[in-house]
Amino acid sequence: MTAEHSLQVENLTLGYKDRVVISELDLPIPPGKITAIVGANACGKSTLLRSMSRLLAPRTGHVLLDGRQVHRMPAKELARTLGLLPQSPIAPEGITVADLVGRGRNPHQRMLSRWSAQDDLAVATALDATHTGDLADRAVDELSGGQRQRVWIAMALAQQTDVLLLDEPTTFLDVSHQVEVLDLLTDLNASRGTTIVMVLHDLNLAARYADHLIALADGTVHAAGPPGDVLTEDCVRAVFGLDSRVIEDPTSGKPLMLPLGRHHVSSTLT
Amino acid sequence: MTLEAVARGRGRRALRRRTVLTVLGVLVAALYAINLMFGKTFYPPDDIVRVILGERVPGATFTVGTLRLPRATLALLAGVCFGLGGVTFQTMLRNPLASPDIIGISSGASAAAAFAIVTLGLSESATSAFAIAAGLGVALIIYLLSFRDGVAGTRLVLIGIGMAAMLESATSYVLSTASQWDLQEVLRWLTGSLNGTTWGETVPVAIALLLLGPLLLSQGRNLFMLQLGDDMAAALGVRLELTRLLLIVAAVGLIAFATAACGPIAFVAFLAGPIAARIIGPGASLLVPSALVGALLVLVADFAGQYAFSIRYPVGVVTGVLGAPYLIYLLIRTNRAGGSL
Repeated sequence: MTAEHSLQVENLTLGYKDRVVISELDLPIPPGKITAIVGANACGKSTLLRSMSRLLAPRTGHVLLDGRQVHRMPAKELARTLGLLPQSPIAPEGITVADLVGRGRNPHQRMLSRWSAQDDLAVATALDATHTGDLADRAVDELSGGQRQRVWIAMALAQQTDVLLLDEPTTFLDVSHQVEVLDLLTDLNASRGTTIVMVLHDLNLAARYADHLIALADGTVHAAGPPGDVLTEDCVRAVFGLDSRVIEDPTSGKPLMLPLGRHHVSSTLT
Repeated sequence: MTLEAVARGRGRRALRRRTVLTVLGVLVAALYAINLMFGKTFYPPDDIVRVILGERVPGATFTVGTLRLPRATLALLAGVCFGLGGVTFQTMLRNPLASPDIIGISSGASAAAAFAIVTLGLSESATSAFAIAAGLGVALIIYLLSFRDGVAGTRLVLIGIGMAAMLESATSYVLSTASQWDLQEVLRWLTGSLNGTTWGETVPVAIALLLLGPLLLSQGRNLFMLQLGDDMAAALGVRLELTRLLLIVAAVGLIAFATAACGPIAFVAFLAGPIAARIIGPGASLLVPSALVGALLVLVADFAGQYAFSIRYPVGVVTGVLGAPYLIYLLIRTNRAGGSL
């Protein structure tokens, strides 16, 4: 469970039809750490994540998991090591939480194999880890946004992968649920050593929770490294085209970005 | 504690599934038996068994052996084929309107079969082959026409409905050129009918089901995962392209074989999945329950069409009357919000 896997992107070019979204990208993902990918809208964050979990074939280059190309690996074998939570997964109408989380066991099951006690245990452990145990028999449709997101993460946990990719796991959640989800992922990383790679919108939460921050701009890496080195005023200007002040977050010691818009800014700063 | 709750909940749902499947199985068997026993003349079960075993029973050998047995068997098999094919498309495209009889695949098979029989004068097996090729061809055309950065369910459904209308008018045209004495046969291609069914029509459907049924069931778990969306399914180890290809070939094959034998029995493919989903509860695999519901629908509708009214109605008219209100309901609901199965 705590085996560390190397995940690496080499010379990767991605695109749809004649549009190139990511070009010749090289990107090592530090094993056993939390990595956050940030960048402006449509800069290729989600595309990169989809390709890392082999949902999108590369034009050039490859994604290597422990030195093997993910696009050549058997689908189920890959799904036992690397999990992905897409941006908008679909919950079948009326499905219960336990059933949905149980679907995460698919890569561990064979075509005709029966549900095993081990599957039950994995589901129960995932529910407990995400504090959704008491929701087990509820229908997913009835849950609040925050609860639902925890259930989806529980499903990814039931998959028991050592690497977990998440595409904007906090979107549509209010701030308390955002923090709750990120705390949960941090627990998971601390207790199981799961390598976590997530696309995040909120720069400050990304800087606070990530060990490794990747800023993407125009299909290439603008900067990558510890949040303290990456999240600078120059970086925010280059990546988002936005003037800002970056100060030290008094609660965490991590960088905190304060945007400078055209209004409501003291004249001494502009 | 959570572990016990998880195991208990799963046990409860498995019990419900087993119960529903058993009840459906018994109902299908009972309806099949009723279709064999009842009619203008009643034959007791032991007469039926003796006929099936090949003994000569005066009266029963002809009425049951030649008339009722192939007819009831085809009703059962075609119902299973329509149920399986329908729910496969509805689940794969995550849209209850995406059933092969709504999006033109049945219409394609039916138009081709009508053309093969009326215009080309082909034999039964050649007609089946022609209908299957047409079903696959139409499926391919609809798929290509609706492809734009992936296939969206709603676009495919709309293109399919247009396609169905075109193909149905082609069928009507072919039928208008048919001779008067073909009228009974002609009816089959408009709404679906089991009148005058012989083993020659029943056997190809049985063979198709024996070959394609297991293929479809082997993809059952992958189909089940597709309910979560393509990305999620792929992330859970489903090979999307291969799964889709196998599902489409198996489902279209089943629909086309059944359509070539008894015409597009209206709305059975469309209704079986949603009814099965309603009674088996959420989160369960729908292939087997839909197959049973499909068989039940055809057996009930054919029996009712023959004996419940003063005039004999073809089975497709009865299922059409049942299915049309549900179609209207779905269209209204889908218009309000994006519906899914």
